[in-house]
Formats: sequence, structure tokens, C-alpha cells
Amino acid sequence: MNRVWSWLALAVGLVYFFLPLLGTLEFSLRKRKGEYSLDAYAAVFADPAFQATLGYSVLMALLTIVFGVLLIVPTAYWVRLKLPRLRPWVEFVTLLPLVIPAIVIVFGYIRLYNTSSFLPLTGSAMGTNMLLMFGYATLALPYMYRAVDTGLRTIDIGTLTEAAQSLGAGWVTILARVILPNVLVAVLSGAFLTFAIVIGEFTLAALLNRPAFGPYMQLLGANKAYEPAALAVIAFAITWACMGLIQLVTRFSKHTRASA
Amino acid sequence: MWNWLGVVPFVAFALLFLILPTMQIVLGAFRSPDGGLTLANLQGLMTPNILGSYVISIKISLASSIIGCLVGFCIAAAITLGGLPRWIRGPLLTFSGVASNFAGVPLAFAFLATLGRLGLVTIVLRDWFGVNLYATGFNILSFWGLTLVYLFFQIPLMILIITPALDGLKREWKEAALILGATGPQYWRMIAFPILFPALLGTFALLFANAFGAVATAIALTGSSLSIVPILLFAQIRGDVLGDPGLGYALAFGMIVVTGVANAVYVWLRARSERWMK
Repeated sequence: MNRVWSWLALAVGLVYFFLPLLGTLEFSLRKRKGEYSLDAYAAVFADPAFQATLGYSVLMALLTIVFGVLLIVPTAYWVRLKLPRLRPWVEFVTLLPLVIPAIVIVFGYIRLYNTSSFLPLTGSAMGTNMLLMFGYATLALPYMYRAVDTGLRTIDIGTLTEAAQSLGAGWVTILARVILPNVLVAVLSGAFLTFAIVIGEFTLAALLNRPAFGPYMQLLGANKAYEPAALAVIAFAITWACMGLIQLVTRFSKHTRASA
Repeated sequence: MWNWLGVVPFVAFALLFLILPTMQIVLGAFRSPDGGLTLANLQGLMTPNILGSYVISIKISLASSIIGCLVGFCIAAAITLGGLPRWIRGPLLTFSGVASNFAGVPLAFAFLATLGRLGLVTIVLRDWFGVNLYATGFNILSFWGLTLVYLFFQIPLMILIITPALDGLKREWKEAALILGATGPQYWRMIAFPILFPALLGTFALLFANAFGAVATAIALTGSSLSIVPILLFAQIRGDVLGDPGLGYALAFGMIVVTGVANAVYVWLRARSERWMK
């Protein structure tokens, strides 16, 4: 009896989740009248705006990841090692982006960093790009911090730090050559998740007027019929690849640890 | 002594790109055009139009998080306690990770391609079963349409968060309860549910905020035909459609209040429900 209900719940879930994917795939192949073709994909890939916006978003995602790692790994390490009393507070701050809607945060950016403010970031394209990158880092903060902090919990950072110090290592060496390699899997998990979030992000990029992939998709959706479905399939493939990579690095690390 | 220096970069980042921008909005909601303190901005929200968009936003968020919690819980219970084969679990959790991050613009496209007027399901229902979906009053650009779309990321999020909690239920507890004469439903109501309560609530609050702040999916799906708060605020930031900058601050402040209250309720109930654990 129990098992029947379980299969039923699973079946309902499967139907709900696979129909939209199937529908999107089918729709994306319908561009040519009367037969299935890859015309919609060809049109998307040939669009220079597609290449430009996707390239821009990939670059932003990579910069966000680099910045996030440089900011969060030392912070999480330091808080665990020297300031454990601050941990609940830091954790609280890192969870705030889940509570404050992104649209409110970016609204604040626009008002706080306008051309007549103390830090006129929105005055130039470069400044706006930086602001967008910081915004993405804010959105990724909850995921990145939790991933790194969980990674740090599994290693004895106190002993590792003392061992490195007694061998004459400075803080930079300790972080780069002792701590980071030990939490690399956690960092990579956070990084791929950040990539998946940034690549299709719409609200921040649209309101800061940057030529990112999210606003491009929205624009195409308002003007074309079949290309949006093709874009959705591509976006789903990117998300899937990111999650697959997380699984892969996690499994890989378990394997090496088991054989060591 | 100088240990606090280590967190200066983080504190500076959090202040500049999280706390101060939010404070700017909160203060802006109480500031008049000439810089004085005022409640006029908040009073400006009290029009049927704006209140209506808050009501529909809250309703969509509630509906999608309640249904998301229920369905997600059933699926998570099925894979943890339901006696399904072990191999289903891994792929299902991976898929949940993908689907919970598959929000925004492409998600809207996926549902338009499936349940739109020319979507696969609409056409199959029409040609194979003779059911005209749109004649039944269904519309993907409606309250239930948007709720259905939001569930695509709400359910997986629930599965991801609640599965570890369900794993934490010890088999011994159930056995002990059954030996003492409890029935299955009694075990769930008096033992499992109170233990899971904080986790359920936390997820609910998270799902609510998740749906309430979602902008991209709604805009890509409905354009501006459904007047929910995030869409209204988006249009206001873009082009001051309300004709009053102060009202924009108030609108955003209202969003913080709603998600803030949802989380405060969560923290309070959680503290209450965990009292017995000490």
C-alpha cells in the first residue's frame, strides 16, 4: 500500500517535470512547416547578439566566481579560526540575499551609486559592469558561503594552520596552498552553482542595462516564436552541465579520499 | 587584538552591496521629496491598484509554496521512506538541483511551449482527446498558470531541503511508537511531524520569499498583463510608471516587509517548536 502511494507520487512528479521539457524540445523543432528541423537552433547560433550576450554573461560569471572565492574563502576560514563568536552573524548576513528580493537590492544600487553619489559606479560602462559583478556576488553569497563553510568543517583548520606556520608559511601561503586545496571540491560546487545562477540572470542585468544573456532571452521571447524554445533547451543544457559537474567533482573527491 | 581586521573585506562588501542599498530603500520610503520625514509614500500604496497587486502576489506566493511544500514532501517521503528502489534517489536529487535552478526567462519559455495556445500539451489534448484547454477557462497567463510555472522550481527546492530532514528520522522512533500501540497516522502526527516542523516551516518561508521576489519568470511569461508587485516595481524602476519616485521606494519597502514578516514568523515558530529539544 505504502509503496503504491510512493510510485504514484513519483509518477505525478515525473509527468509534471518532463512534460514541459518534452514540450519545449518539440516546440523548438517546429520552425520549418510540416517537419521537424533544427532551424530554430541554427537561427539562434547564427545571431551575433546571441554570441555577444552569452560571451558577456560567461565572462561575468567567471569574474563573479573569482571574486567570490577571493572574498569568501579567507573570510570563512578566518571566522572559523579566530572569530568563532562572529559566525552566527556572518552566517545571518550571507543568508540575507535569500530574504531581500534581488529587485530591491538592484533598486538600491541604482539609487546609491548614481552619477551624483559618493561612488558613481553607474556613470560609466566599466563601473556598471563592476556593480553588476558585485551584485552577482551578492546573489551567490548564500550558496558560496555555505558550500565553503561546509567544506571547512570537514578539515581540522586549527592543526593545519599551526603545522603550516611552524614550517614558516605566511597567511597567503596557508590560504592558497593548504586551505584552498583542501576545500577545493566545496569551492568548485559553489562555483558551478554561481555559474548556473549568473548565466541566465535577468533582473540585475536588465535594470542596470547591461547586454547580458538574460535580457537577450527576454527580448527574443517577446519577438520570436520558435527561437525562445530553442534558447530554453540551451539554457537547460547549461544548467544541467553545471549540476553534472558538481556531481562529478564530489564523486571524484570521494574516490580519491577513499583510495588515499 | 587585531583579529577583526580579517573580516574587514567581507564587512565592507556586505555593507556596500547588501546593507546600504537596502537601507537606502527603507529610508527612501520614509523621505519626502524635500528630504523630510514622511508617511505619505506609504499612504500612497493604499490605492486599490497597488494593494490589489500585493494581494495577488501574496496569493501566488502562498499557493505555490503551499503546493510546493506538499508535493515536494510527498516525493521526498516516497524516495526516503516509501520503499522505492535505491537507485531512483540519486538521479532524482540531481534533477531537483537542476530544476530548482532552472528559473527565470527560460522556464517561462518552456511552459509557453508546453501549455501555451500552440503548446504540445494543448495540441495533444485538442487533437487526441478533443479537449480544448483554453475553452475550459485555463490560461497560462493567469494566477493558476503562474502558480503552476513557479512550482517547477518550488517543488525541487522542497525536495532538496526536506530529504536530509526525512533521512534524520530514526527507524527506532517509529518502531518504539508502534510497539507502544501507536497507529501509523498517530506516529506521523505526534512524533514525525513535530520533529520535522522547524524544517518544514523554514522551507516554507524560503519558498515564499523565492516566489514573492521572482521577477524574470513573470515578465517573460506575462509581459505586464498580470499586475504582481515585482512586475510593477520593475516597470517603476525602468520608467517611473507610477509618476512618483517616493512610491517606488514604498513599493520596494513593502516587498522587504512581506518577506521579512514571513521570515520573522519562521524564526518565532521555530524557536517555539524547538523549545522541547533543550
